[in-house]
Amino acid sequence: MEINSPQFKLNAKTALGDKQLQGALGHVRENFTGKRAKARAQLPQFDDLRQNARAIKDHVLEHLDVYLELYEQKVLESGGMVHWARDAQEARGIVLDICRKTNAKTVTKGKSMISEEIGLNEFLQDNDIEPIETDLGEYIIQLRGENPSHIIAPAVHLNMDQVREEFRKAHTHLPDNRPLNEPQSLLSEARGILREKFLAADIGITGANFLVAETGTSVIVTNEGNGDLTQTLPRVHVVLASIEKIVPTLEDMAQITRVLARSATGQEITVYTTLSTGPRRKLDVDGPEEYHVILLDNGRSKMLGNEFSQMLRCIRCGACLNHCPVYQAIGGHAYGWVYPGPMGAVLTPNLIGIDKAGHLPNASTFCGRCEAVCPMLIPLPKMMRSWREKEFERHLSPYSQRRGIALWAWMAKRPKIYRFVTSIAARCLSVIGGANKQINRLPMAGGWTAHRALPAPHGATFMALYNRQKGRR
Amino acid sequence: MDPTSTQAPPVQVALFVTCLVDIFRPTIGFASIKLLEDAGCEVHVPKVQTCCGQPAWNSGDRENTLEIAKQVIAAFEEYDYIVAPSGSCAGMIKVHYPELFEKIPDWHERALKLSAKTYEITGFLIDILEVSKVNAKHKAKVSYHDSCAGLRELGISKQPRKLLKSVEGLDLVEMKDCEICCGFGGTFAVKYSDISNSIVSEKTANIVATDPDLLLAGDLGCLMNMAGKLKRQGSKIKVRHVVEVLAGLNDDKPIAGRD
Ligand code: SF4
Repeated sequence: MEINSPQFKLNAKTALGDKQLQGALGHVRENFTGKRAKARAQLPQFDDLRQNARAIKDHVLEHLDVYLELYEQKVLESGGMVHWARDAQEARGIVLDICRKTNAKTVTKGKSMISEEIGLNEFLQDNDIEPIETDLGEYIIQLRGENPSHIIAPAVHLNMDQVREEFRKAHTHLPDNRPLNEPQSLLSEARGILREKFLAADIGITGANFLVAETGTSVIVTNEGNGDLTQTLPRVHVVLASIEKIVPTLEDMAQITRVLARSATGQEITVYTTLSTGPRRKLDVDGPEEYHVILLDNGRSKMLGNEFSQMLRCIRCGACLNHCPVYQAIGGHAYGWVYPGPMGAVLTPNLIGIDKAGHLPNASTFCGRCEAVCPMLIPLPKMMRSWREKEFERHLSPYSQRRGIALWAWMAKRPKIYRFVTSIAARCLSVIGGANKQINRLPMAGGWTAHRALPAPHGATFMALYNRQKGRR
Repeated sequence: MDPTSTQAPPVQVALFVTCLVDIFRPTIGFASIKLLEDAGCEVHVPKVQTCCGQPAWNSGDRENTLEIAKQVIAAFEEYDYIVAPSGSCAGMIKVHYPELFEKIPDWHERALKLSAKTYEITGFLIDILEVSKVNAKHKAKVSYHDSCAGLRELGISKQPRKLLKSVEGLDLVEMKDCEICCGFGGTFAVKYSDISNSIVSEKTANIVATDPDLLLAGDLGCLMNMAGKLKRQGSKIKVRHVVEVLAGLNDDKPIAGRD
């Protein structure tokens, strides 16, 4: 996938001026956050469950090698195959290999962020294999040639009218005057079209929310049921997952599921929780003939040993996006790559490099709401700050900002000089502020005064007044 | 021990003025002193204080942050308590200093000790001094914005409200989403000014919809952001720091206001 993160500021500006997008984002603000709050309020032990979920993942990450090996062994025992991919290119190569060996022409796909991360759809198309997204949101954005703007609600940036228009344009074999006013009618239409695709597909590719080591099972949680059809109908089922998706036991999986849906959509549990273990056995009534798992590293094993390891606890619930004032203002596309919002601000620089993703960890007010809602208790602001430190060390942060901080810090370390300079500054600003006590234009403060007045000081500094009046006002 | 009892020596409190209050709004410093003294504390204002180091810390400049933090620790560690009229500066000392010195054992210990006795002012009055009311009158319809660091790092939410409810004549009305960020974020407001503007516009819309006479909060950065936006939008709503009202120091002009 093309990387647009360096143009973050421009992307954000465009997003802020996009009326349709702003309307759609209003939905995120109200809906997702409200539902999560309600779900949380209904479960008094929610915070204990978070601690628990965190402990499970921390344990896994400490022994990841052991659990990965166990998982591989169990997949093999159940008749499946495991492929290890160091990076996106290797993962794509493995998928293509499986397609070639099975003579596949069309591939149905359940929702998978790893597929986005490795840019799979484009690659398959270039190799004359047709990928068909079967999650409704993914299907819509595939029609539009877009990328997801949210990790659990890929088409959240669109409104109903836009979707309706897209369907009329794409589904030309259906009558022009059919009513498409209800969300339900859109869903039925997509289902009708996808049904044939499900039956015709040679391979079904899904992601995984969990990989269970004790049984070699991959688990997906969905609301539409498309994932089930994707993985049971075609001859071959390919699971695409990154290595940190491992949990030791089914019980652990169930534990984490309790915080996942509540944090994501406010549901107690998603409509479907689908477990698949190996290919079809003799007495099974359905299931694929071949079952493959592609385990992607793509920078994760490096994170295991650095200050970003806690990010590997992430279960992609999207709560940090939904509650982030910056995400709420600009949506997901502005972040310029696969993972938006606070989790993207930490993860993306790990995957594509801080030189390209430099804006992401900086574009945060550190309001802390992401960490407050994260079911896995990931200290997102702290890790964004770590990225800022790395940028500062490597002189990647803007020169003007570095100069400003250096000058200010030099004074802050010299209280006498600081007192002198701030007294003068306060006086000058006070004069500029005039009777209205506000400044509407000031050199070097354009970013502030473009949008709001700068309240002016009233004259002397506190320190000056305090010393002069011996503490009395 | 009752910290306000006449037998015991008064609690020695050092006021961390904060750099914004020092330059932009001294009234907040004096209001803080009054509230602390009324509660029986002896208040000191260490002379070497400048800033807590947050601008450097949030810009990734660890070296400068360390040096500034050491200066703060050395200047303040001798007092019983350190109190700031700001959740974000108090949070910097209380939460971030220990984190900052994690790998420097002797300083880490000093940072932890300082951290344990550092408080945001309304939290200090309610939770430590167990003050239950203030001696102030203010006839106005007031709305309170929860600044992020105070709220999420220090749990400041009920304390200012409890004190405000004891102000005679004051009518506290809650606005929608009072716990959501105002878009200030220090240098964020300047570096990503378009996004910041969108966030603060959302905030002022909620403030205006509540129609208070006066907007209060516990952090001057956020207050300057919200006041600046309200003024630019032509709003008549006045803006002050919560301690000004609690201390009854309302003679100074409101933030960015003529009267
Ligand atoms: S970082 Fe936390 S809140 Fe964000 S997606 Fe991951 S688990 Fe969910």
